[in-house]
Amino acid sequence: MSNRAFFKPLIVLCTLTILSACASQPQDAAARGEVFDPYEGANRSIHKFNLGVDRFLFRPASKGYVKIVPDPMVTSFSTFAENISLPGQAVDYLLQGNPKQMGNALLRFVVNMTVGGFGLSAPADELNLPPVDTDFGETLHVWGFGEGAYVELPFYGPSTTRDAVGVIINLFSNPINFTPVRPADNLGVYAEVVRRMGDRGRFSDTVDSILYESADSYAQARLIYLQNRRFELARDDEEAYLGLYDDPYAVTGTDPVRDPYLDPYEDPYAE
Amino acid sequence: MQNNILNRRKFFATALAGVLATSLPFPAFALTEAGAKQLVNSVVSDITRVIDSGKSENAMIRDFEKIFVQYGDVPIMARYALGADARAASASQMRQFTKAFQGYISRKYGRRFREFIGGEVTVRNARKIKAGYEVRTSVKLRGSSPFDVTFLVSDKSGRGKFYNMFIEGVNLLLTERTEIGAMLDARGGDLNRLIKDLNRSG
Repeated sequence: MSNRAFFKPLIVLCTLTILSACASQPQDAAARGEVFDPYEGANRSIHKFNLGVDRFLFRPASKGYVKIVPDPMVTSFSTFAENISLPGQAVDYLLQGNPKQMGNALLRFVVNMTVGGFGLSAPADELNLPPVDTDFGETLHVWGFGEGAYVELPFYGPSTTRDAVGVIINLFSNPINFTPVRPADNLGVYAEVVRRMGDRGRFSDTVDSILYESADSYAQARLIYLQNRRFELARDDEEAYLGLYDDPYAVTGTDPVRDPYLDPYEDPYAE
Repeated sequence: MQNNILNRRKFFATALAGVLATSLPFPAFALTEAGAKQLVNSVVSDITRVIDSGKSENAMIRDFEKIFVQYGDVPIMARYALGADARAASASQMRQFTKAFQGYISRKYGRRFREFIGGEVTVRNARKIKAGYEVRTSVKLRGSSPFDVTFLVSDKSGRGKFYNMFIEGVNLLLTERTEIGAMLDARGGDLNRLIKDLNRSG
């Protein structure tokens, strides 16, 4: 017990050190929608490894799971995983200085755990509260940490140096892990794996098309993750959101990723 | 027969619209916020009609292609997806590439629409952006929380058409540019080979 108490701050300290020491992205590059991937070689090896894990383990297990388990139960288990993460999200909202959303997360937790039958359903959705969706990566974002470099984590998938720290912290930050009445250690982690299996099984065609039918699945996964993550974090910031738009009718520049052509309004059929 | 008449009538209307557009000193149908919303509503209702038609997958994909051409600015999308290589391409290569791109997108996304059966799309709001309007919609699929799908609409092609789409922040045009770029790299930059293969993929 005392060992554990000693280790936690140590882990936090270590990860924060890693975070600050990591290669950092030039200012505003993320805001311009660019990809910062200095560890591409290592990331691609991990991507290959993850593809193997998916092909031989995660994909067949997930497809079997959604085939055998009836659909409403898959939904219930996914809902449970989300519900059990709510106290952890409340902590993150607190750290972000957002007491309103913290209250929202806690209220949802209490309603779903009681009225919702031990969290297997989400009656709190009917209360018309704003959606709850945060993590320690977002907390770091709110604290002013930049996105950092793109990294692909083994077993987990696309992330960034900042969000990877968030993933590690969130393994420990859910207060559920410290309650004396918890049904099992690391329950949240297991529930999250089951939730991910449900998603992988349900959207298997779409995920397959990205992982196995794309000409460069690494580049696709990277682009989709970064854009979606930036969108989530910019959701409340209208200006940042608008800044994400690239105008194909007017872009100029020399960067091969963003490049474009000089006058997009020249008629492509002309000549 | 019925079809023929319709086609002729449509042809006549299009020709007339073309004459009008070129004879006026300013754009004949300047895009308004309401017009942009209307366009997105039409795209959504047309797609929903196809999804609910219960036709075979291939027949649906052909219908999606028609919708894509009718409401989307396909040439500018194809050109953007090809990126810098579009500048080096000849006019006939661009024509072939645009056609291949159109089929590829219709097949690739047409197959995904199956997952949208029973989905509900609500147009939330529109606002002005540089090239035209941004129309934000909320999509609710059965058994999942609503997600954000945004259409970008412009009349720079001469008519109000959508030229890009974002699903939860993921830019489809940029995603396709990355994909087409990777396909082109895998073929040693040979655009003709890419066009040939693109006609079969998606």
